[in-house]
Amino acid sequence: MFGYYLDLAIRSLKRNRLLTVLMVLAIAIGIGASMTTLTVMHLLSGDPLPGKSAHLFYAQVDGDPTPHGGSLREPPDMLDYRSAMDLWGAHRADRQALIADSPIKLGVPGTGQPPLMLTMLSTTSDFFPMFDVPFEYGSAWTAADGANRARVAVISSDLNDKLFGGKDSVGKTLRIRESDVRIVGVLKPWRPSPTFYSVVGGRFANGDTASYYGKPEDVFMPFRTSLEVNDGNFQQFNCWALPPQPGHLENAPCNWVGLWVELDGQAKIATYRAFLDHYAQEQKALGRIGYTETRLRALMDWLDYNHVIPKNVKLQTWLAFAFLAICLFNMVGLLLAKFLRRAGEIGVRRALGASRRSVFAQCLTEAGLIGFIGGVGGWLLTLVGLWLVRRQQTAYSGLVHMDASMFAITFVLAIVVSLIAGALPALRASRIAPALQLKTL
Amino acid sequence: MQIQPILAALKKHRLATVLIALEIALACAVLCNACFLIAGRLSAMRINSGVDETSLGFLSLQGFDASQASDLNARVVSGLRAIPGVESVHVINSVPFGPQAGAVGITLDQAGKQFRGVPEFYVGDPGTPQALGLELVAGRMPTAEDYQAIKTFVPASSRVLITRTLAGHLWPGKDPLGKEFWTGPFHFRVIGVVANLAIQQYDEEGERGAQWTAFVPAQPGPQLAGTYLIRANPHDLDRVMTEAKAAMARIAPDVVVDHEDSQTIRELRRRFFRTDRAMAGLLVGVIVALLGVTAFGIVGLASFWVAQRRKQIGIRRALGATRADILRYFQTENFLIVTFGIVLGVVLAICVNIALMKFFEVPRLPLWYLPIGVVVLWLLGQLAVLVPALRAAAVPPVVATRSV
Repeated sequence: MFGYYLDLAIRSLKRNRLLTVLMVLAIAIGIGASMTTLTVMHLLSGDPLPGKSAHLFYAQVDGDPTPHGGSLREPPDMLDYRSAMDLWGAHRADRQALIADSPIKLGVPGTGQPPLMLTMLSTTSDFFPMFDVPFEYGSAWTAADGANRARVAVISSDLNDKLFGGKDSVGKTLRIRESDVRIVGVLKPWRPSPTFYSVVGGRFANGDTASYYGKPEDVFMPFRTSLEVNDGNFQQFNCWALPPQPGHLENAPCNWVGLWVELDGQAKIATYRAFLDHYAQEQKALGRIGYTETRLRALMDWLDYNHVIPKNVKLQTWLAFAFLAICLFNMVGLLLAKFLRRAGEIGVRRALGASRRSVFAQCLTEAGLIGFIGGVGGWLLTLVGLWLVRRQQTAYSGLVHMDASMFAITFVLAIVVSLIAGALPALRASRIAPALQLKTL
Repeated sequence: MQIQPILAALKKHRLATVLIALEIALACAVLCNACFLIAGRLSAMRINSGVDETSLGFLSLQGFDASQASDLNARVVSGLRAIPGVESVHVINSVPFGPQAGAVGITLDQAGKQFRGVPEFYVGDPGTPQALGLELVAGRMPTAEDYQAIKTFVPASSRVLITRTLAGHLWPGKDPLGKEFWTGPFHFRVIGVVANLAIQQYDEEGERGAQWTAFVPAQPGPQLAGTYLIRANPHDLDRVMTEAKAAMARIAPDVVVDHEDSQTIRELRRRFFRTDRAMAGLLVGVIVALLGVTAFGIVGLASFWVAQRRKQIGIRRALGATRADILRYFQTENFLIVTFGIVLGVVLAICVNIALMKFFEVPRLPLWYLPIGVVVLWLLGQLAVLVPALRAAAVPPVVATRSV
């Protein structure tokens, strides 16, 4: 029967071309707009480490000794140096990584290339296995390298392409400020979305969070080594008093280090929470910190807490779906007109024995066909929309592409929307009284 | 024109009428709010920076140590001054739309109790306010002895310029000249008030006002180095900036030019509002598509009604109705449906705005947007119905005599 209905639907669509074109256009534009924003949302709101993110936690302690705010206030987004080193040094988690970003001046000795300004991530050796960072050449530095302040670094695949033409550069030397640093590892192309490990301060960004979706750092160095190599260039998240020596934050009254821990299992999580609370209480008793509030947020909770999805993207998504709703109403009206215009024909079918259900099915088939054609148009418009998003110079524009699931959703959405739109007119058409229609023929 | 028969006819087509009215209602809600969002973006883009944007450029150097700073300043300033067309070169920490430098909380007392927000501080060497083109509205510009050396952040005790807006915020209704404020150990005394000087990274919804700024006079040195203000004739500026960046390879081969931030202020401004422009463009696109789709819907349904009522139209014509009567019938019918939609749409527009205020920190929709949306939709409805209505008016009376 479906084949017959499809044949009827095609004939009907051909009969009134203008109305068909209007309906297909409406659904295509609506689908194009909503799928473009939905694809961007999908890419920006996804889990950056599927399967692993539930085991990763971000620790927060308030290192400020001075009285401030209320007791319900959140601890700051980063730790002061002392708290960070204490918590990291305790090694109470399965893995733990410190995080701090700083700008560096980098050159390659003997090549005559002008120096570059890049961003460096100061971290600890667990960072790479913790976050499943893939290596092309070499490997991460060892915990011993970190403790010995070895002059070693891991570089991104982008930087390796730029400096060494993509060849294996392990063992080569980089000049970072005044120090020579040996490359021990080169990453594969790695683009977490967002760069979750360095997301901080989203609460204060007023939804302007596109920068979280930029590229990861180009240089990774052991935390202690980097403090020596790049001394004077570190930046605070915030300070509760003016730092005595800008850029040198080891004893400064500033928060500037992030701590990620990996904890497998509920028991370990509970134990670590207790450890954090105990640490804060102990430090308060010693008079070093003023508040004992601590937090241990899982990766996805941390991203939610920082409202990582840019406000513009959310607004666009709402707008697109409001637009799709308008297209839907539009289509209901047009389908109603189309079906009821064929009242005579439907009357004849009913008189010849077609049941209400089969008339309903026939009308829905026609609506579904329109949805499918609209879906093809919507898919093409989505590709145009994504191309436009890529042309915008936002941090995430390089990430935007259509994957298989979004391709499938485009058609599912188009057909579902048109079936919803077709249901009411189809019901009306199936209720047509055959006798009345036959009289007027 | 009698409305009674039209309403009676619409009652027969309740479903279709409701659908078109709902479509109009949604369109009205989206139209009003989208226009309001566009207006918000555009007004944000019109912010007055308070400086001579067309004749100013910014040059930012990185990758040097504090020990080289004074030498670097001297070399760069003299090197840049040698470029033909350059009117003046100053060491300044940042410029409007440039990188953020020096947003610090201030208090009105030395003890640090009366907190008054986080303005941004511009720090510049002698002559900077004049080169920026700041407009003094009260007090005086800094003189030679006001420019002091910096140890850490700003001079320990400085005599500063503040904007009118900041003055009004700190000391409402009082004369700001001679008043004092502090940030930590640093003391500031107001010597002059300028009309405008925008903050570096303007954020329309932030806690800081767009004009909460102070200018601190200072001597260049280790804490004020590597960032320069270049003033040139507007016609020469683009060439001067290109030459200035190229000259750095010769003047200071060891440093890295921050090409991202080394731009004319006009370019920095353009780049700063890039996302706002893209969003406004997108909203305009949505409005156009929205009005188009709504018009299609009206055309489609009106055409259907005209075809369905051909016989009735013929009868009316045969009984003496003129073409104008038929035309007016469909126009009035459309007007009534659109009006139903608009009544609902105005309520919906306000609801959407309340939701936007709650979730997106958008301000309240000014009520005068609603009548504009209403008029636009009325016009759209009339335009869309015109073609089908004309076709209806063209139905000859003889139709009435055929196959009744």
